[in-house]
Amino acid sequence: MAYLTINNLHKRFDDHVVVHDFNMSIEQGEFVTFLGPSGCGKTTVLRMIAGFETPTSGRICVGGEDITQQAAQKRGIGMVFQSYALFPNMNVTQNIGFGLKMRKCPADDIKRKVAEVIKLVELTGKEGHYPHELSGGQRQRVALARALVVEPRILLLDEPLSALDARIRKNLREQIRDIQRRLGLTTIFVTHDQEEALTMSDRIFVMNQGRVEQEGRAEIVYTEPATEFVARFMGNYNLLGAADTNRLLGLNISGHLAIRPESIHVLDGHSQQDGTLAGTIRQHQLLGNIIRYQIESAGITLQVDRLNRTASDLMPAGTEVRLQISRDDMREVR
Amino acid sequence: MKSTSRLGAWVAIAIGTLYFVLPLIATFEFSLKMNRDGYSFEAYKVVLADPGFQATFGYSTLMAVLTIIVGILLVVPTAYWIQLKLPRLRPLVEFITLLPLVIPAIVIVFGYLKLYNSSSWLPLTGNERATDLLLMCSYVTLALPYLYRSVDAGLRAIDVRTLTEAAESLGASWPSILLQVIFPNVKSAILSGAFLTFAVVIGEFTMASLLGRPAFGPYLQLIGANRAYEPSALAIIAFMVTWASMGLIQVFARNARPARKTA
Repeated sequence: MAYLTINNLHKRFDDHVVVHDFNMSIEQGEFVTFLGPSGCGKTTVLRMIAGFETPTSGRICVGGEDITQQAAQKRGIGMVFQSYALFPNMNVTQNIGFGLKMRKCPADDIKRKVAEVIKLVELTGKEGHYPHELSGGQRQRVALARALVVEPRILLLDEPLSALDARIRKNLREQIRDIQRRLGLTTIFVTHDQEEALTMSDRIFVMNQGRVEQEGRAEIVYTEPATEFVARFMGNYNLLGAADTNRLLGLNISGHLAIRPESIHVLDGHSQQDGTLAGTIRQHQLLGNIIRYQIESAGITLQVDRLNRTASDLMPAGTEVRLQISRDDMREVR
Repeated sequence: MKSTSRLGAWVAIAIGTLYFVLPLIATFEFSLKMNRDGYSFEAYKVVLADPGFQATFGYSTLMAVLTIIVGILLVVPTAYWIQLKLPRLRPLVEFITLLPLVIPAIVIVFGYLKLYNSSSWLPLTGNERATDLLLMCSYVTLALPYLYRSVDAGLRAIDVRTLTEAAESLGASWPSILLQVIFPNVKSAILSGAFLTFAVVIGEFTMASLLGRPAFGPYLQLIGANRAYEPSALAIIAFMVTWASMGLIQVFARNARPARKTA
């Protein structure tokens, strides 16, 4: 039996339905991500799990216990907020120890547990500092420590990295994942960043307009998008309509055809290989280890990614090329 | 052009300063003339030694402290709840809290006398302690515009919702959230409101006089009507109390950490 189950969760604010029939189940120790654009309902679902919003209908169960109507204080669910939400009047030790104090833990236990978790999040030496004396990354680690120290049944992370700069974000996401694995903590992470979702998650729920568009393991969601929305949101997929697909590849489909930019092989313009398409490079973008080309073929512009090995790999605009696309790399989506 | 406008500003400041300061200097100077031999603090000595002054100032101080306590207990949870759960009611509450500024105190106190006289269903004017209670409640009403605005401004400077949710997720009860998370973070705003309340209550005349209570305001009026130099000394003392309150507001506002939505 799953550890967290959500059945037919529905949330309406006045006339606006924010979450439609949301269903999910999570195993203990799993790291799950809600991924989607702003306003897709991912944070609302998280807030309903935390107990900050009451569902219009539906059920939330943790470990077999129905917590739908339970007060947030009694749920034993930890939360880390995007804005850190540290208490400005308390220093690092007091912030982290607050939850234990509320649970009336003995002072010695609080001291020991706070010291342990400070070590875990690598904040040793910052115990007496107030939130305004810490950097963004340090504040978020205090917030993480504060949520972890009470040993929550589930840890909720509401876009905890989005206020941080790129380098700190990368370090912190590795640290969060490492701590989550070590503690075997059931975790739900909310983000609008595909890279964060792909690198951190066991499973991803891609959400759009209050519904789950697709759910599955990170690598499956990326390579096998189920809908046009997922294909657009998860990467830089080439999405061809039925008419374009027929014109370019001679295939008859009803929905859209999704082709990943890195699955299109670029061959020399003189290549005589069967099943290839003629194309002309229109422009390119250098993305570090990748060069992204805009290649026109049969009047359709395709995005194609190639590894940036040496400077001589770069093909200038106007170069004639042949494109090879395997049938296995084409995916029909709704 | 710029120097002309700057000169104009300085002239305006100078005229304003003279307008406020000259009467005070004159009052102070007059209060020092009780002894015909020269300047002395004789009037202050007389006033401070007067049992009437001690009794009325003590009474008003006690009423001010009680008003502050009751006002804070009433206003902080209300302002917090409105910010957190009922933001739509904010205009209505702001309107209600502004009423004491537009309804004259004399109208309010006549309303009290009509409603709570000794033959009414709640005869609060029937004995001294009950009248003190009624006076304290009327002071809470008078202080509402200042106290509510201070506390509301303090609450707006912090992210009340997120701090509350963070505390809730850590298992904190509502009293713990208010006392350990919200109160400490709006402390300077509460103190500003408290000092303003103190200044208002100490000098209040109408309510205390019409309810027949021995407060500092009616004492000031009584002395003013019967003595020459002591009223000037009392006016300066009253100003000093107000200034001290204002100064303390500045001290606490300066010492408060920079406002952050959430840290």
